Amino acid sequence: MTSTDMQRKPQSAWARFFKPRSSREDSPFKRLLIHLALILSCVIAVYPVLRIVSVSLRPGDRLLSTSLAIIPPDATLEAYKTVLFDKEFPVWVWNSIVITTATAVVGVVLAATSAYAFSRWKFPGRSPGLVFLLSTQMLPAPMMMVPIYILASKLGLTNTYRGLVIAYSVTSVPFSIWILKGYYDTIPRELEEAALIDGVSRLSAFWRIVLPLSTPALAIVFLFSFMSAWTDYLLARVMIASERSLWTWVLGVRDFQGQFQTQWGLFSAASVMVAIPVMALFLYSSKWLISGLTLGSVKG
Amino acid sequence: MRFLTPDVFIGALREVGSTVVFIVVGTALLELATYLAWTPLSRFSQWVNQRLQFLGNKVRYALATLLIGGAGVFAVGAISVGQTPSPWSPYWPWALVALVIGLFISPTAVQIFHWRLRLPYMLLMPALVGLVLLVIYPLLWELNVSMTNLNPRHFKSPDFVGLRNYIDVFTKPVLKQVTFFPVFLHTILWTVINVVFHVSGGMGLALLLNRKMRLRGLYRTLLVFPWAIPQPVACLAWLGEFHYEYGFVNIMLQQIGLEPIQWLSNPTWNFVAMCITNIWLGIPFMMVIILGGLQSISNEFYEAAEMDGASPWQMFRSITVPLLRPVLTPAIVLGTVWTFTNFNVPFFINQNELETSDTLVTALFRSAFQYFNLGDAAAFAFVVFGILLIFSVLYIRVSGGLKGVYE
Repeated sequence: MTSTDMQRKPQSAWARFFKPRSSREDSPFKRLLIHLALILSCVIAVYPVLRIVSVSLRPGDRLLSTSLAIIPPDATLEAYKTVLFDKEFPVWVWNSIVITTATAVVGVVLAATSAYAFSRWKFPGRSPGLVFLLSTQMLPAPMMMVPIYILASKLGLTNTYRGLVIAYSVTSVPFSIWILKGYYDTIPRELEEAALIDGVSRLSAFWRIVLPLSTPALAIVFLFSFMSAWTDYLLARVMIASERSLWTWVLGVRDFQGQFQTQWGLFSAASVMVAIPVMALFLYSSKWLISGLTLGSVKG
Repeated sequence: MRFLTPDVFIGALREVGSTVVFIVVGTALLELATYLAWTPLSRFSQWVNQRLQFLGNKVRYALATLLIGGAGVFAVGAISVGQTPSPWSPYWPWALVALVIGLFISPTAVQIFHWRLRLPYMLLMPALVGLVLLVIYPLLWELNVSMTNLNPRHFKSPDFVGLRNYIDVFTKPVLKQVTFFPVFLHTILWTVINVVFHVSGGMGLALLLNRKMRLRGLYRTLLVFPWAIPQPVACLAWLGEFHYEYGFVNIMLQQIGLEPIQWLSNPTWNFVAMCITNIWLGIPFMMVIILGGLQSISNEFYEAAEMDGASPWQMFRSITVPLLRPVLTPAIVLGTVWTFTNFNVPFFINQNELETSDTLVTALFRSAFQYFNLGDAAAFAFVVFGILLIFSVLYIRVSGGLKGVYE
């Protein structure tokens, strides 16, 4: 009997469950297993996040319960009310929003121009410069904190937004330059050269041709610097810890969590409110983020 | 207690807005100055170059290195450490003069100050100034401090101790009890465990997702959750869930009939808790990167291999892995460096401040910010930095992963 004969033979339902219909397709059994594995992974990925929501809905006297239910039977929004109206939390969130937006804008501007120089010219100091930028990524963050603090206090910038904005925007620059340089390299030089022949200056060629073409990369870099400043704890703690009204939300949330017994609900409510918009933004833009990451690192 | 009144609202906007304006105006002025200065500098450097031709390039390079290096050493020494100003600092103009002379003596000056390069240097200048202030200056400061005994007992006037701090890193405890090598090994263990789980978990999920199937988009979105949630929130939430009585981890353990675990006070279990948290956090990144790589592999390779009768494992080994290399190598280097230097997870999950749970980076933080042994901490920091640098250089050399980057 040849193999073609075997395939023509009518198969039982059971056999069909385990056998793929064609060689490029998975059998229903395998598909079932794949779905089960993925569902299990999704539960592991999402359950801890849902737990934060669950704790935030608990009434104050039942914070410490051993129930695993996601929506507690006596759910209330009490914790949200406390966080929004009886704590400085709104001020902290506003501080964070203002600081991180400014940071991301400044960081993108600094990186966009420098990356263009790295991408289009050969100049003395180019290779060492790129290596230096890469090696700044290896500096352990706590190493820079003491000198930055001392420098900031000499310049009178501790406990101000100003110091924090400057420090954040510069720390994100090396990584942004690498990503943007990688992206500019993929834009053909001929486009600008054609414009140069038409009598356009180099800078306006950059402004009118290269920048509009790199919108995706610019968006990625903006998001990255935004995210890294938004979630930073270390620098904020060093620069503005002593002035409670200047805090960013990370310092505030850490403060709630520090008093575990009494404020777990507050911590959770605050976390939910901060995390939801950021997660929505992140999930919405994740496709871009990834293409940018691989572009920057793979296509040198 | 302050609420978000209109005053506070506008006050924050105003301060940050003025900072942005300050930076933008500063940047513009700096760029303009660089642009205008470059042509005269170019002429000057050519003039100097002609006058110095008789010396020969070798002598000029040697002289330039001497002068610039001298200025660099001076810069380290002139940065004041502690509260008494450094005795060198009044002489800083001379160092600047040496730096400038050194720069122009060097034959490279003509290439740097070429009028055609005024544009790239103009574009670079703002970032350069920022990095000098926030990276180079702190590094020089650390270098100076690493050679002094700046600590709570000698806060006002620390003494120069040469390289003793660097020797002490390896011979004395870096914190109160733990010594360098246990922390180092512990950090390596932490990095290896995490990266192995990140890559294998990410690879597994990516392979599962890389096919036509129902609900694919939903799975992908849900699986990215741990990456999307702000890291401090995730760490603090996990810290709560590792609570002995009320965290879900122990509650679940009890429900399946196991003993609850002292996640936060037992050193071994605390380390396990740190790893669980970080593995949970890191898998989505690898999954997404690998999935992107998988999708760029053409189906034709697999079809051809199938015709030749290759098994799925053979296809994975000889098609998928080699073709994923360009995506995987940088991702692994990045992942390793990020795990090694991760601060949030080992810092937040370690609520009881167990020194045994510290990785090199959190140990560094503790040494500087809790014990204020700034001199020791600075030497320690350079050792950690060196380790990371050596690792990265070796890895990039061996794997050739970043080839073509400098073209």
